[in-house]
Amino acid sequence: MSDISKLESDLLAAIAAAKDEAALEAIRVSALGKKGSVSELLKTLGGMSPDARKAQGPIINALRDTVAEAIATKKAALADAALDARLATERVDVTLPIRPVPQGTIHPVSQVLDEVTAIFADLGFAIAEGPDIEFDDYNFTKLNIPPDHPARQMHDTFYMAKQKDGSSHVLRTHTSPVQVRTMLKQKPPIRIISPGRTYRVDSDATHSPMFHQYEGLVVDEGSTLANLKWVLEEFYKAFFEVDSVELRARPSFFPFTEPSVEWDLRCDRSVPGKITFGTGNDWLELAGSGMVNPRVLDMCGIDSTKYQGFAFGGGLDRLAMLKYGIPDIRPFFESDLRWLRHYGFSAFDLPTLDGGLSR
Amino acid sequence: MKFTLSWLKAPLDTDADANTIADKLTSIGLEVESVEDAGGRLKDFTVAYVVSAEKHPNADKLKLCMVDTGGKEHVQVVCGAPNAHAGMKAVFAKPGTIIPATGAELKIGTIRGVESRGMLCSIRELRLGDEHDGIIELSADAVLGEPASKALGLNDPVIDVSITPNRGDATSVYGIARDLAAAGLGRLREGDLSPVKGKFPSPIQTILDFPEGTQDAAPMFAGRLIRGVKNGPSPKWLQDWLKAVGLRPISALVDVTNFISFDRGRPLHVFDAAKLKGNLRARFAKDGEQILALDGKTYTLDSEMVVIADDEAARGIGGVMGGEDSSCTDATTDVFIESALFDPVRIARAGRILGIVSDARYRFERGVDPEFVVPGLELATRMILEFCGGEPGEVVVAGAPPDWKREIVFHPETVLKLGGMDVPDDEIARILTRLGFSVSGKNPMKVTPPSWRGDIVGEADLVEEVVRIHGLDKVPSAPMDRPSVIARPTLTPAQKRARIVRRTIAARGFNETINFTFIPRAHAKLFGGGDEERQLRNPIAADLDAMRPSVLPSLLAAAQRNAARGFADMMLFELGAQFDSGMPEAQKTVAAGIRVGGATRSWTKSTHGADVFDAKADMLAALEAAMNGPMTAPIKQGAAAWYHPGRSGTLALGPKVLGTFGEVHPKILAAFDLKGPVAAFEVFMEAIPESKAKSKARSPFNPSQFQPVERDFAFVVNAGVAADAIVKAARSAERDLIERVDIFDVYEGKGVPEDKKSLAISVRLQPKDKTLTDAEIDTIAGKIVAAVAKATGGTLRT
Repeated sequence: MSDISKLESDLLAAIAAAKDEAALEAIRVSALGKKGSVSELLKTLGGMSPDARKAQGPIINALRDTVAEAIATKKAALADAALDARLATERVDVTLPIRPVPQGTIHPVSQVLDEVTAIFADLGFAIAEGPDIEFDDYNFTKLNIPPDHPARQMHDTFYMAKQKDGSSHVLRTHTSPVQVRTMLKQKPPIRIISPGRTYRVDSDATHSPMFHQYEGLVVDEGSTLANLKWVLEEFYKAFFEVDSVELRARPSFFPFTEPSVEWDLRCDRSVPGKITFGTGNDWLELAGSGMVNPRVLDMCGIDSTKYQGFAFGGGLDRLAMLKYGIPDIRPFFESDLRWLRHYGFSAFDLPTLDGGLSR
Repeated sequence: MKFTLSWLKAPLDTDADANTIADKLTSIGLEVESVEDAGGRLKDFTVAYVVSAEKHPNADKLKLCMVDTGGKEHVQVVCGAPNAHAGMKAVFAKPGTIIPATGAELKIGTIRGVESRGMLCSIRELRLGDEHDGIIELSADAVLGEPASKALGLNDPVIDVSITPNRGDATSVYGIARDLAAAGLGRLREGDLSPVKGKFPSPIQTILDFPEGTQDAAPMFAGRLIRGVKNGPSPKWLQDWLKAVGLRPISALVDVTNFISFDRGRPLHVFDAAKLKGNLRARFAKDGEQILALDGKTYTLDSEMVVIADDEAARGIGGVMGGEDSSCTDATTDVFIESALFDPVRIARAGRILGIVSDARYRFERGVDPEFVVPGLELATRMILEFCGGEPGEVVVAGAPPDWKREIVFHPETVLKLGGMDVPDDEIARILTRLGFSVSGKNPMKVTPPSWRGDIVGEADLVEEVVRIHGLDKVPSAPMDRPSVIARPTLTPAQKRARIVRRTIAARGFNETINFTFIPRAHAKLFGGGDEERQLRNPIAADLDAMRPSVLPSLLAAAQRNAARGFADMMLFELGAQFDSGMPEAQKTVAAGIRVGGATRSWTKSTHGADVFDAKADMLAALEAAMNGPMTAPIKQGAAAWYHPGRSGTLALGPKVLGTFGEVHPKILAAFDLKGPVAAFEVFMEAIPESKAKSKARSPFNPSQFQPVERDFAFVVNAGVAADAIVKAARSAERDLIERVDIFDVYEGKGVPEDKKSLAISVRLQPKDKTLTDAEIDTIAGKIVAAVAKATGGTLRT
């Protein structure tokens, strides 16, 4: 064995045996430092004959490269080991809980409103809004409910105290006054949905003195009861996310529509506490509607000999109850955290038609 | 409106059963609330004969009965009823029968050591009433083993129909029969309404006594005296019908009026003529005039209510309820029948104010047939003569029916145009004719509604009649056109803002609530409300009487309720109305939220109690979401009185307040019984300016190529100087280069003079066209120090 190969094997053995970076550095200096063993060998090349240099050069250079690489490799290995050792000391118990993050929710009525809005927007209905405190005239008179008309028995109305100017107003009993406001300022064609809070002097298991309605209004030159039926069918299909629905029409009476129709939806309630739409042998009353009474059109400044249309309405809270299996209306407005968290929706679940209205 | 099947079949010739009739009624707009078929419901209960009833060997109050149920062997039954006795016919339930009162299946039982193989039933056990004194004793002719319902008189189903306010004509069995006949379910029998000849001139006249211009209060008043009647119970069939619809049979005279009211929708009243003084006049009551009515209560009337009075006093509240003092009794021999027309509006008003719900009011306020005043009187005469005998006087009539005849020009194609339903013209004419309309001409038709349909005024009403009788189930479903192939957005900017604000706040961890907009007045007063104008006249509860002047009291009350349930920490918000007055347009939409508590215990030590800067962040997040961009408007110290005066702020653009935030005033917390801390914000949605961006395109993206430079400064300023002022001053020193200024430390205490504070800012310079030299940076630093000194008097901390 030549001296060079012995030197190489000695150095590689020392490198392999180095316990830490300091030991490795000492080896590096002893071999590759200015006075190192390998450096000394490299210096001898200068004094060699060209032939000898040609023969020895590659050997000594190879020795230097081998040693340098071994040192680098060992250095990386030592660093890795040191990091591993440090990380081992940094271990934590990952089963500990995260920092408290409050979980916000959207109220079911807001969620259902966004669902209803998405569906009717696709049918070209805009959203119209109006105030909760309403003129008697808009809530009743312009809807063909004159003072003392027996139909006012249907509305047990909240009345506001007398105002400084002597006027007196009501808490709207339905969102129909929004239709009045719309007709007074907009010419046909009209397609609107008016959602909002409504009030009636009524409080029991199924009634709340404040609740939410959505009402639709279409006024143009030719819309009929048949179009109304189609709109409701399409709406309920989309809203309840079923392939088909069956509607039953019953004649009814509302002063602001003529003819007036109430709609029942075929459903299955054979499993207690559960309701499925589109099948079954039960009927659920869902909407009041009718062709807008020509007197209402005239009182709202729309020529009833030229224009006609239909109106319909129902309860938003009720839609939420039916779709999401919420049994009682009163907790909707009691702000019980447990209820809000149980029935609420994620802020990011904005209903869309492409994604499906609900998850 | 209730009636029995057999009652309906008096004017309607039909073989249809109760369910078929009920389905048809609902489909033509007379909505059936219920069909109570007690006979069907109780078909398992049979007639039994009690052969013997001995004392139970082991119990004093029980009896051991042997019962013949019509089977081969007698059945042993233990019975606790005191009236159980041998020789009676009773209602028997065999084991396996469901007992209506309990809903449970009857089992063979052993009672005090003796087996009982059935049950003898009481009224209450069959859910026929509340009586539970003993078991039902059936009449001796009840047939053994047959269903007991027949012997109980329950084989006549009762149908309850909800009548809409426009259908006064359907408040009668006859009117309902007419609708059914028009819809093809049977044939209508008119009945005998021919006049009964009077045998003597009436000694009592009817008089209409109303001031000019108010004669519509009672346009017609007819009457007739019948002498020598013998009052007593009415026939059993009549009593059965009246009982079935919930009326108490009183006497033949009274029962006849109740019958005609239900059967024909014609309310009548009978006076005991011996108790009247002089003539009867319909007039307005005097203010404060009192009357003891048939319900035993004394009512105080006003001058807009109509009474029927004799020469002495008011004897009845016209169209609402008769008077007790002149009512018929078994001793009555001379009866005067009143048949009048009253103004529906005045009837409704009187009934509402007096709080009287009567069958007469129910019909008059919906409108009765103006042509049936005298026929109704004749029908009553005929029945009274039949049941009570007597001699009829001549009919007296004051006034006349108001003119009800009107002709509607009807284009039959309107049925298709409005109803979307194709009905042949001759079918249209046939339906209207069957409903009593007179129809002439082809197209247009000339249609005169019958006297009993005062609700029909125009073509749309006629369309309704045709479609409801022809069948609404025949309305097809017809698509509407799409205004554009791909739907256009429909939300207004305000609606879009509301949606994004709502979801932004929820995403920050708030639970959305919806609260009543009426709150206790005491709460309203704490938030600048509670004035008279914002009070409800008829609140649902005494403590829900004030329209809220702010959303916060609703949220604080909700927090209090949750705290009482053991939830100390919460984040609640609502997007809803606050009311600045009691006027319709004085309503603001507010997004308001509260953080309650917040310093929940966590091993991470990462929580803190809710404070003003949480609320500030919430408000800014809502506003920035609404505006789709940074909110740079200045914030002023202080907000409304319900906030902590030193820990609250207001963000305004000019005079428009966009939002307020802060910690809630301790006095408010005390009023709501809340332990702090509570931080609140309010964002006023209508005040948020609309986005002015006209283009969807973003501004060009031009990032600088040069390294930014950061420099820190610490200033000593008076303690009252707003941090914002220092930031602004620093920023203004070199607008083009200073990209941002951040406050990273605020210090008061040792090393800083009293009444002073040290405020440290970090300034980031972003060169645009070349790298800054040290000299240039030093120059800018000097400008910053000078600007801060000028604006706030601050000096560089050394």
